Amino acid sequence: MKVLAAMSGGVDSAVAAARAVEAGHEVVGVHLALSRNAGTLRTGSRGCCTIEDSMDAQRACNVLGIPYYVWDFSDRFKEQVVEDFVAEYQAGRTPNPCMRCNERIKFAALLEKALAMGFDAVCTGHYASLLTDEAGNLELHRSNELAKDQSYVLGVLNAEQLAHSMFPLGAEASKADVRAEADRRGLAVANKTDSYDICFIPEGDTQDWLTEKVGGKAPGQIIDVDGNVLGKHEGSYGFTVGQRKGLRIGKPAPDGNPRYVLSISPKTNTVVVGPQAALAVSEIAGARYTWCGIAPTKVDEFFDIGVQVRAHGEEVPAQAAVIDGELVIRLNQPIIGVAPGQTAVLYAGTRVLGQTTIDRTVSAVAGDLEALAENVAAQA
Amino acid sequence: MAVYLDHAATSPIRPEVLLRYTADLALVGNPSSVHGFGQRARMVVEDARESLADTLGCHRSEIIFTSGGTEADNLAIKGLFWARNNADARRRLIVSAASEHHAVLDALEWLEGHGPAEQRAQLHLLELDANGMFDLADLEKFLAERSDEIALISLMWANNETGVVWPIAEVSKLAAKFAVPVHSDAVAALGHVPVDFADSGLSLMSVSGHKIGAPVGIGALVVRRDVNLVPVNHGGGHERKLRSGTLNAVGASAFALAAAAASATLQERAKRDSALKQKLISGARNLVSNVEVTAESVSTLPSTVHLSFAGCPGDSILVLLDMAGVAVSNGAACQAGVIGASHVMLAMGRSEQAASECIRISFGYDTTERDVEEFLAALPAAYEGARKAGDAA
Repeated sequence: MKVLAAMSGGVDSAVAAARAVEAGHEVVGVHLALSRNAGTLRTGSRGCCTIEDSMDAQRACNVLGIPYYVWDFSDRFKEQVVEDFVAEYQAGRTPNPCMRCNERIKFAALLEKALAMGFDAVCTGHYASLLTDEAGNLELHRSNELAKDQSYVLGVLNAEQLAHSMFPLGAEASKADVRAEADRRGLAVANKTDSYDICFIPEGDTQDWLTEKVGGKAPGQIIDVDGNVLGKHEGSYGFTVGQRKGLRIGKPAPDGNPRYVLSISPKTNTVVVGPQAALAVSEIAGARYTWCGIAPTKVDEFFDIGVQVRAHGEEVPAQAAVIDGELVIRLNQPIIGVAPGQTAVLYAGTRVLGQTTIDRTVSAVAGDLEALAENVAAQA
Repeated sequence: MAVYLDHAATSPIRPEVLLRYTADLALVGNPSSVHGFGQRARMVVEDARESLADTLGCHRSEIIFTSGGTEADNLAIKGLFWARNNADARRRLIVSAASEHHAVLDALEWLEGHGPAEQRAQLHLLELDANGMFDLADLEKFLAERSDEIALISLMWANNETGVVWPIAEVSKLAAKFAVPVHSDAVAALGHVPVDFADSGLSLMSVSGHKIGAPVGIGALVVRRDVNLVPVNHGGGHERKLRSGTLNAVGASAFALAAAAASATLQERAKRDSALKQKLISGARNLVSNVEVTAESVSTLPSTVHLSFAGCPGDSILVLLDMAGVAVSNGAACQAGVIGASHVMLAMGRSEQAASECIRISFGYDTTERDVEEFLAALPAAYEGARKAGDAA
């Protein structure tokens, strides 16, 4: 096969490309330029967009003896990932930009361009495995190395995308194995630091970056679940559901327990806070859902699934069904730390079934916080 | 196997140059040393200087060896700007064009953005038409109005991307009427069209070795004897107190030999290249419907063909040709491999998209008809793939 290896400049994609070469494929390495003003040197744990990363990717390709090119997706990345990220925060949601990048850049723009140019597949260094079921359908499964498993961020891939994807690190690899293998293969990135921060936020401080992007202060109220006004904020985009620090509410809660952001209402520019228990969510739902590979046969009645709502979150048992065009997920036990904008990925065992971007959540105890925020705003 | 059609980026070392160069590498001695070893090394440098002066049509004392074209351009522009501005503080204008090589453009922008506000350069970039030509009458008008404020003119002899050749001698003649010095980056022109410093009337001219079959790391700035420059780097003043650093004797020798060889074969190569260019253009037109030849109606280097393919991202064509074993370019080499829109095509009034849909094919001393045939053989599939990639974008 003619394989395009997406090379970030990191150790995982370098080893993935090496394995694709070894498997006998005709491999070409491509680095995605995602920033128009790429920094010269990499700093800390941020992303893959510096010139140093590009040079690392090129060096790996040279060592592997494969061609190397840089493709510029910076305009598309800005439009479809960065601007989406800002818009989601402005709408009071908590987006996952890596998910969007996979959905819209790596397995869309890059894959489409690769296919147009005669490639058969795109290969990446994700920790996940592709298996084939008895009928020959492709299935995406978790990596056995659960600490590194990246099936969650690949949950957005549909059957067509899976058919043109290749994850040579597969189910078996552990990070230590991959680093050792890189070292054995003479790849200088063997000991390169992992990246885990959002690549386009320079100092790793999302709130500061958002303030700069969104600009201008937009003061609003901070209220509790009973509708009492507790304080003011400088802009609701600066908050994330589940946030505890930086609320700057002078007086403590009557019971002395810390308060958390429960909901953000951009419509009324109101932030609702309350006890940790009130963060518990019993149901999540979203209309923007996709099936990863072949869709389940009967989806209009609730069926058992596992659901994961964060890249490094735990999987919890739940029931899912499609009701009125919306994928509704009822959690067997309420969970905390889930907010609109996040992605819920559905699992059946180790298999990724599909995903949805969460449009709404139902609090297990506090009722409809959006309506509460509107009532308080109307009174003020 | 692989076909190399990117000589404007760098050209393979000529066999006779390689022989001399590898033999010379064993040379012991710093040309600036007093002892016999130093004197023998100095002999190599001065032989090279005389030979190169002969080839370039200048006096040997006018050649300042540098590390290459970029250093020559920086010394020319900064050195002349500072000297002229020091002599008369009113002189802050630099006349140039947006299609210059980045070695010139970046130096200009640096002068525009650094130093005390009242000493910073002001740029006057000549307007270019769709063929990349400027109007001499515009230049004359500007000179007549502002010559007291003009520090220098810097206009390239031939464009490294499109191959468009500018009437440098006419520019010099015009500028001389107003006593304004002219620099020309002749890196792309040397070896492909006749370049004679004395005939050109220039004050300064940049040339480079590796574009004409010498190794990378040697170039020269030709500085007319009556032109004052402020040095840019300091440390011994080895070259006429204008350029410091141990002289690259071996490189200078290789450069002089390559320049002499290029000069001796110029006419026959120009004839051959013109024929290859015609073959390539008519072949491309037969194979691909929407190919456009840049600046076809003006004078261009016989060794450079610049083509646009509407709807086909240039980077995709380049990648697909490379994967088929044919090396061409989008123009200037780019940072970290990102191929953006051509600043030259933008300067010629093309849209951002149109300026991203072009490729440059450039010939060198060892280019053959077979190379052009292989390019044409690979073109249809590359074009088709790039068109699909363009549709997918």
